[in-house]
Amino acid sequence: MIRFEPRSNPGPLLVYGVPVLAATIAILLAAIPLALAGAPIVEAYGLMISGAFGSVFSTSEMLTRATPLILTGLAAAIAFRAKLWNIGAEGQLYMGAMAAVAVGSGVIDGPSWVMIPVVIIAGMAVGALMLIGPTLLKTRLGVDEVVTTLLLNFIVLLFVQMMLEGALKDPMSMGWPQSEPIIDSAAFPALLERMRVHIGLLIALVSAVALAIFVKRTVWGFEIRAVGENAAAARFSGISVTKTMILVAALSGGLAGLAGVSEVAGTRGYLATDLSPGYGYAGIVVAMLARLSPIGVIASALFVASVFVGADSMSRAIGVSSYLADLIVAMALLCVLIGGFLTRFRVHFDRKSAQG
Amino acid sequence: MEIIDILLAASFWEAAIRIATPLIFGVLGALICERAGVLNLGIEGIFTAGAMAGWMAVWLGAGLWGGVLVAALAGGFFGLIHAILTVPLGLSQHVSGIGVTLLATSLSYFTYRTALPDVSSPPRIEPFRPLDIPFLSDLPFIGQALFSQTAMTMLALVLVFVTGWVLYRTPLGLAIRAVGDNPSSVEAQGLSVYGLRIGAVVVGSSLMALGGAFLTMSAFDAFFFGMINGRGWVCIALTVFASWRPGKALIGALLFGAFDAFQVRLQTEVGAFLPSQVFLMMPYILSIIALIVVARKADYPKALLVPWFKGQR
Repeated sequence: MIRFEPRSNPGPLLVYGVPVLAATIAILLAAIPLALAGAPIVEAYGLMISGAFGSVFSTSEMLTRATPLILTGLAAAIAFRAKLWNIGAEGQLYMGAMAAVAVGSGVIDGPSWVMIPVVIIAGMAVGALMLIGPTLLKTRLGVDEVVTTLLLNFIVLLFVQMMLEGALKDPMSMGWPQSEPIIDSAAFPALLERMRVHIGLLIALVSAVALAIFVKRTVWGFEIRAVGENAAAARFSGISVTKTMILVAALSGGLAGLAGVSEVAGTRGYLATDLSPGYGYAGIVVAMLARLSPIGVIASALFVASVFVGADSMSRAIGVSSYLADLIVAMALLCVLIGGFLTRFRVHFDRKSAQG
Repeated sequence: MEIIDILLAASFWEAAIRIATPLIFGVLGALICERAGVLNLGIEGIFTAGAMAGWMAVWLGAGLWGGVLVAALAGGFFGLIHAILTVPLGLSQHVSGIGVTLLATSLSYFTYRTALPDVSSPPRIEPFRPLDIPFLSDLPFIGQALFSQTAMTMLALVLVFVTGWVLYRTPLGLAIRAVGDNPSSVEAQGLSVYGLRIGAVVVGSSLMALGGAFLTMSAFDAFFFGMINGRGWVCIALTVFASWRPGKALIGALLFGAFDAFQVRLQTEVGAFLPSQVFLMMPYILSIIALIVVARKADYPKALLVPWFKGQR
């Protein structure tokens, strides 16, 4: 007979150790599919590590990949804190990117210190609106936000496709559906010469610290935590749940939109329908691995990014499908969920059968 | 006038029923899970797993019904993972479901890529043929619209009645509905809440996988990346629209299929004036509208999303 007994106060070793352990187990479990695919296991792990950290170039690639993951991870973390199930970060990211392209590809021009804030504000505002809509439907009409945000991802991708074949199409692109490039004054400058990593990374890091302070140290942050823990009690104590939800939606959608801006203005330089290989969905894993802590998001985004970049490079070298990375990330999510359970409960194995 | 012509054509309803079939499987699966109190957002990945596993079994020589069985087993396997995480462990149904979708999708893609590393065009199987039932398939209109579908569509229609009968006419169905409304009352009857919920999620997930298998083994004859394309999420919306009833699920899926078949035909009529993406967006927009329409009076199973632990009163 197995019994679960709630722990009153999980220690720091458990709180920080469990996500690390979950990530490690997910990495080790990858040996099974690697073996079934007939790959040399030790060599494959070596290639993954050198692919993510082996040189300045590979580390720069890893940090480039981590940048949008920090932002979508923060988007999921703040929303899930308030139990607003935003699964639509992917759509919000694309709309943010599209807004950045709409204002940043030559319609207006100015010095960088004007243009960069302009594309950021445009992208964050549109991303925020994309989540405020479903949030209002939830608070006013009781429409489940999980399904609406999920379905909006598909609608947005088709909308982006439509715009790229229409109003936003680059006439110089030889028929490829892609937007006109972001102009130089709106583009995010690179951090290192001849490397792709750009100031989007610094913006993401600052966002994480700012969000951590906001959640921990402000009244609004307190209200968000209160609504997430017990909406009825929060309402009873005079907190406007609707207002708090809209604030959370604006923050979460805005951060996802910012991820889109950063990708389009920093990494890619133009908008196409393959801008994001699922950063919105991976953000959920990043947030869960971080146990919804904004600072933790930085660490877990670095982990997820190194899995993706490492597996990509390993895949090119020995021909194992790069879907292995998605597999590791999915397993990490399930492992950390189980780990979260073990932090909250102590497991007892009793010899005697249960007495009623 | 032209619209009437479209709606009266047997070929239109044939297409509508074909488009509805995977949704019927999916909504039945989702409503069985939710009736027992468990939201299963693993559905999108389970569709993918069913589509890949069923197709691959046939491709390896298991026979069409062998493929259906393999798809159902694959669905049941991922359902079991979701059930263990959400029922005895009581973890977040939202997050676990997303996790199962990510796991099932990536595992399916990885397996497919590993088995078929460098194919330029996806290999094809011999899919289910349209039925040719003596007399019935020769009837005017309904013979083409209904009785010339494949055996999997017939299976979906039969399952609507079986699910309805089990849920409303058997003690098992009563127990499943009760466990989604008031689990403590079920335990007071001496029944296992965990057993009922886990069983419902596993069976429901098997049905979802059949929806995916229909796509690769009946509607098409090959597996493509991204072929599920949100169909699973549409099923979650349709389940609310159908107020968790198998009969209404059938009607909802048919309405959806009819609308989708209609927009394809409309596209050929007025496609020159509107971008094709506007038409492709329709199913998703329609699902959101359906949710908004029923939101006010939606009667969610009372214990949906609420974890329950043994010994709890």
